[in-house]
Amino acid sequence: MTGGTTPNSAETRPRFAPGDRVRVRAAFPPGHIRTPFFVRGREGKVEALAAIHPNPEGLAYGGDGTPRRPVYRVAFRQAELWEGYAGSPEDATVVDIFEHWLEPAEGGAP
Amino acid sequence: MTKRRHHDMGGLDAGPVEITDHDHAPWEKQVNAMLRLLADPKRRVMTVDELRRGIEDLGPGAYDEQSYYERWISSIGNILLEKGVIEVDELGRKMGEIEARMRAAQAEAGKAAQ
Amino acid sequence: MSGQDDHTHDHRHGHDHDHGHAPHPFQPDIEDGPITEYMILTRAIGELMIEKGVFAAEDLREKLEYMETRNPSQGARLVARAWTDPAFAARLEQDALAAAKELGIDAGVVEIRALPDRPGLHNVIVCTLCSCYPVMLLGNSPDWYKSREYRSRVVREPRVVLAEFGTDISPETEFRVHDSTAELRYFVIPERPAGTEGWSEEQLAEIVTRDCMIGTALPKLAME
Repeated sequence: MTGGTTPNSAETRPRFAPGDRVRVRAAFPPGHIRTPFFVRGREGKVEALAAIHPNPEGLAYGGDGTPRRPVYRVAFRQAELWEGYAGSPEDATVVDIFEHWLEPAEGGAP
Repeated sequence: MTKRRHHDMGGLDAGPVEITDHDHAPWEKQVNAMLRLLADPKRRVMTVDELRRGIEDLGPGAYDEQSYYERWISSIGNILLEKGVIEVDELGRKMGEIEARMRAAQAEAGKAAQ
Repeated sequence: MSGQDDHTHDHRHGHDHDHGHAPHPFQPDIEDGPITEYMILTRAIGELMIEKGVFAAEDLREKLEYMETRNPSQGARLVARAWTDPAFAARLEQDALAAAKELGIDAGVVEIRALPDRPGLHNVIVCTLCSCYPVMLLGNSPDWYKSREYRSRVVREPRVVLAEFGTDISPETEFRVHDSTAELRYFVIPERPAGTEGWSEEQLAEIVTRDCMIGTALPKLAME
């Protein structure tokens, strides 16, 4: 499903749905970022749309963080995050990630 | 510039968790309360996002050497200066007044205790 | 202790406001221990904000008092009610703030979400990037929650970290760590322990500690 940001729209239609496999972009710019290092470049599964929120990257520098954008609960398997992880194969770390940090995991489609 | 910023510590090696807590000092409670007032939607003098950004930008040294609320008030002070809500000189003068007052009060309390 | 400070107001910003010589200016509590630059900076900013009318001394006093009322017993009441009332439990999972209001608990405006433990599933919360925590429901976070050690390790080796708290989660149990990276806060609804059949809500709330709602502890029946 493609959602778009229409010019000057205050909100974005969510691009991802629960169950989608996504990859966190492996970008490392300076600045205030709420996407933890340990998930950058990693693949996870969207569990839910958590909220549609202003962008903290804008708010942190005195902006109003608009347009607001979707935030997703993304689950990452511990066994895939950490080498030698000892625990249940179902163990996960769930992180709230802004849509602009996510891409579809399989590549291809926008 | 490293890829992982100092505050972004999920997954790093570290020692055992020291399971401690402390009662917040009056000044720490004041820092907390002031931030909430400043960030309140009806005032919007600053945001928690700016607070966080200010703390992150204190740098790794400050991050390790300062306590939690010391980082908070350092960030708040810097942000308010940056935004022109307060000016360096008036802050300096006010701090001088307050230090003098606090030391005088401490001296009084010391005398009273004798 | 000085109340009516003889300081001059700086009117250079020129805005019209009613400030400063209020009958009861903000009187900070007396600090223990040495005077630090941070204490001085804190009070200086406070006084300047009051002088400039950014907030009133009364606002600060009220906020301090309000924050004192935030404590884990609020969360414990929600858990106890959820344990005894499955319909409430469902509403708590749907919208924790609204469910809290049913019990007369004002848990603020930032969204808080309940994470229910289930047989075979245990949750724990962290903020690896800073210290985000459901303060409005649980009160202030403990120092260890904000520590480098907890924030670094609980995402990577949660069972080892919980063992340091004396809490053992079996390898068969699915373990979920929740990193509060956005403006959503989480708290754990632990499983109701066996041996509490017939307990009142008050009795149940007593065994739900702050650490149970972080996820680093499990509710324990008191020794008899």
